[in-house]
Amino acid sequence: MIPGKRSVAATALVVLAGAGMLWWGTDGFSAFTAETARRIEILRSPRALPATVLEDQDGRTFSLQDYHGRLLAVEFIYTRCTTLCRSMGMAFKQIRERVPQQVLGRDFALLSISFDPVRDDPASLKGYGQTYGADGTDWRIARVRNAAELKPLLEAFGIVVIADGMGGFEHNTAIHLIGRDGRLKQISDIDEPQAFADRIATWL
Amino acid sequence: MAVRHPLSRPAATGPGALYLLLATPAARELLEATMSAHMLLQIPLLTAAGFLACRLLPEYWQGRLLAAAGGALPCVLLALFASSYWMLPRALDAALANPLAEVAKFISLPVLVGLPLALAWRRLSAIGRGFVWTNFISMLAVLGWLYIAAPLRVCNSYLVNQQESAGWLMVKLAVLLFFWWLGALFVGGSPLPPESGAADSGN
Repeated sequence: MIPGKRSVAATALVVLAGAGMLWWGTDGFSAFTAETARRIEILRSPRALPATVLEDQDGRTFSLQDYHGRLLAVEFIYTRCTTLCRSMGMAFKQIRERVPQQVLGRDFALLSISFDPVRDDPASLKGYGQTYGADGTDWRIARVRNAAELKPLLEAFGIVVIADGMGGFEHNTAIHLIGRDGRLKQISDIDEPQAFADRIATWL
Repeated sequence: MAVRHPLSRPAATGPGALYLLLATPAARELLEATMSAHMLLQIPLLTAAGFLACRLLPEYWQGRLLAAAGGALPCVLLALFASSYWMLPRALDAALANPLAEVAKFISLPVLVGLPLALAWRRLSAIGRGFVWTNFISMLAVLGWLYIAAPLRVCNSYLVNQQESAGWLMVKLAVLLFFWWLGALFVGGSPLPPESGAADSGN
């Protein structure tokens, strides 16, 4: 009934197309999760970031663009967080301690941004900073000034925040490095602060 | 030979109605709210809609389509590849974050998984069906185990405890399906999946 050639050709076509699609869909079998995909994409093409107006723990306003010409490490947090943000805060603390101290603030800075601007007022931001030894200058804790600007900012970074049903949030955690040109250039895990500090040192 | 399919009107509109129901915002919101419902209800139901829709085609057209596709093997492989894609955690996230990916899911699952599987199923030998079943069951079990054991959240859009409960559900389902399939193998002629196609293929 069915000629064998047709079956062989169709099988080959399906296998090729199927394998190709899976290859494409996983960035060459390397990214099976959206989180890995986000990191690979940033490495491949550093991304411009919106000029969001931020407000720090002392009520001063600024934007990411103010850091132009410096390297900037960014993390996303909410101050009531008791799980992942704690490890992230610790990771930032270690990075701050391990990068060459003379460049802090001049050529490298740290920034924690809260994605819960309604509840995280400057006072709570300050409290969070004090917990981890942030000085408020080289390492600032901030929130968006205008809540409407939060979504575009999170989208640009690729941060997904979902309510956990108990008043808190779950979110993807990582250390984001913004280059001197103001583009997001690298996203790394929070469990390797030493490696991150070493990389910073080589880029200074 | 090529007589009109003796199906009543309600039966004929079933898969279409199922599909439209699944596409409503309410059903999407409900079934995509948890990882378990997304993976174990919405995706299988979309596939089933395609499978059942194929069965509504006149026998003659099913045969023509199968011949045009090059027989049962390419059909099974097509279903395998397309369903594998939607098992990627990344694909689930994409479907939630990107409307285009959601549309792709709603088209590819019925057309590239359900339909080719329905076309191929009746032509598959016992070994062919065994392959499809064991492959599906093992994929389910392995994926479920990965979700339980993964030290990190695989989907940015779902809570980590949802990942674990989806994992356990998958493992339980795999065990259940395995024994169901095993039972069907040994209890010949029972109306269970591997045998059912053979039993009604003469209609």
